Amino acid sequence: MNQEAIKRYGDELYNAWRERQPIEPLTAREPGITIEDAYQIQLRTIGLRRERGERVIGKKIGVTSKVVMNMLNVHQPDFGHLLSGMVYGDGEAIPANTLLQPKAEGEIAFVLKRDLTGPGVTYADVLRATECVMPCFEIVDSRIKDWKIKIQDTVADNASSGVFVLGDQAADPRKIDLALTGMVLEKNGEIVGTGAGAAALGTPVNAVVWLANTLGRLGISLQAGEVILSGSLAAMVPVAAGDSLRISLGGIGSAGVKFV
Amino acid sequence: MKLDQNTIAQLAEYLESAELQNKAVTKITDRYPDMDWDDAYAIQSAIRKRKEARGTKIVGLKMGLTSHAKMKQMGVANPVYGFLTDYGSCADGAEIKTSEMIHPKIEAEIAFVLKQPLQGPGCHIGAVLAATDFVVPAVEVIDSRYENFRFDLKSVIADNTSAARFVTGGCMREVAGLDLKNLGVVMEKNGEIVATAAGAAVLGHPAASVAMLANMLAERGESIPAGAFIMTGGVTEAVAVAAGDSVTVRVQGLGSVSMKFI
Repeated sequence: MNQEAIKRYGDELYNAWRERQPIEPLTAREPGITIEDAYQIQLRTIGLRRERGERVIGKKIGVTSKVVMNMLNVHQPDFGHLLSGMVYGDGEAIPANTLLQPKAEGEIAFVLKRDLTGPGVTYADVLRATECVMPCFEIVDSRIKDWKIKIQDTVADNASSGVFVLGDQAADPRKIDLALTGMVLEKNGEIVGTGAGAAALGTPVNAVVWLANTLGRLGISLQAGEVILSGSLAAMVPVAAGDSLRISLGGIGSAGVKFV
Repeated sequence: MKLDQNTIAQLAEYLESAELQNKAVTKITDRYPDMDWDDAYAIQSAIRKRKEARGTKIVGLKMGLTSHAKMKQMGVANPVYGFLTDYGSCADGAEIKTSEMIHPKIEAEIAFVLKQPLQGPGCHIGAVLAATDFVVPAVEVIDSRYENFRFDLKSVIADNTSAARFVTGGCMREVAGLDLKNLGVVMEKNGEIVATAAGAAVLGHPAASVAMLANMLAERGESIPAGAFIMTGGVTEAVAVAAGDSVTVRVQGLGSVSMKFI
């Protein structure tokens, strides 16, 4: 795909985000689009948001479960950028009209204390570079109409990032078995999903290893202080104004969010 | 009760023979569409008596249909319960013969062992935790005796809630200080993760399942004795197994349970 097309689709997705108007899938219009093209489009949209004053504060890893990989017919995760305008605190209200078609996912967030530069980043490197892990709601959203996404659509659309909510506590990853950390997702007082850390590539640590090594090949490092969302631990749940949700993670803490 | 004693005895023999000979049968509500919940438990109880008369020891109780979502789907307010037999008990690391079953499936569970009896009605999570000696991870091997898994809830109750085998192992833990609601569970089959879940998948909290069992038994004038072993219901979905499969279930803070199907 040429630079002109990348810029055009990047601008289109950026405008779709800013005006909350979904667009037709890129894959329906550009059958030849590659995942590499899609990352170039993502970078274009991130560049536009940075020009507007936002700062990159971390990354998110998506497509970390077998179910979603099979759905999108891929064998690896994807990633997106977390920007300063996306973060909410525990229990904060999110205006639903700032999002198009939001869904909630329960995850474990990593906060780094050291840079991680791939390739060659190992499991031990990630534990060593992690300051703490936190309960986290990722509110995914798609700028593609009716979530009709193929892998290239979601990658171009910043891995369907919306906003995220960091929870009430931070824990030392050295003291927690992250693969076996249980997660319970409640919506309006009803349990709508449960899972465990292993749902993200066997353990959320593996997801961060993958990200550091994938970015390393592109010449990008994960920076100390960055927040990394390591992937959903249960099926995503649609949300709308009036909903309140809570996730709890065994041995870590909980995070709450309400939509107004 | 809609069925007479004779019919109940016949149906008990029909279902127990299906179990002992590994032969799938058609669901009993096809022939007796009017049978009620009391009939269903009476058939289960008759199967239990047949086994006890033959010298089988009943070693525990089990809960089934303990997911709120599944209960809603089937339009019922209560889970179901059954009993566990001595010959169904398998050790951690056991080889389990699939030739002795029809179409086995496995579920990861949290099992409770009581130090005090529990009596309903009014039994609640607090009473259960106070009466619990320890919890231990377990895997239930269920095997519905009905053809192609075609059944309804009354047929399932009569069929002893599909109970077949169970594997207990890992570490026993006292419940004090244990976050049973958020306890993570990971099931692996042949080295691949096939399910992840947390304790809350069982009625919001595994201890709620034991409380419900006490309350349901109270309706029949029964209680749970001290020392009872109780399987609280599948935390994960049921996963089909076949000869050659190796299974490991890991539970947060409670170690793991493994088995091989041959």
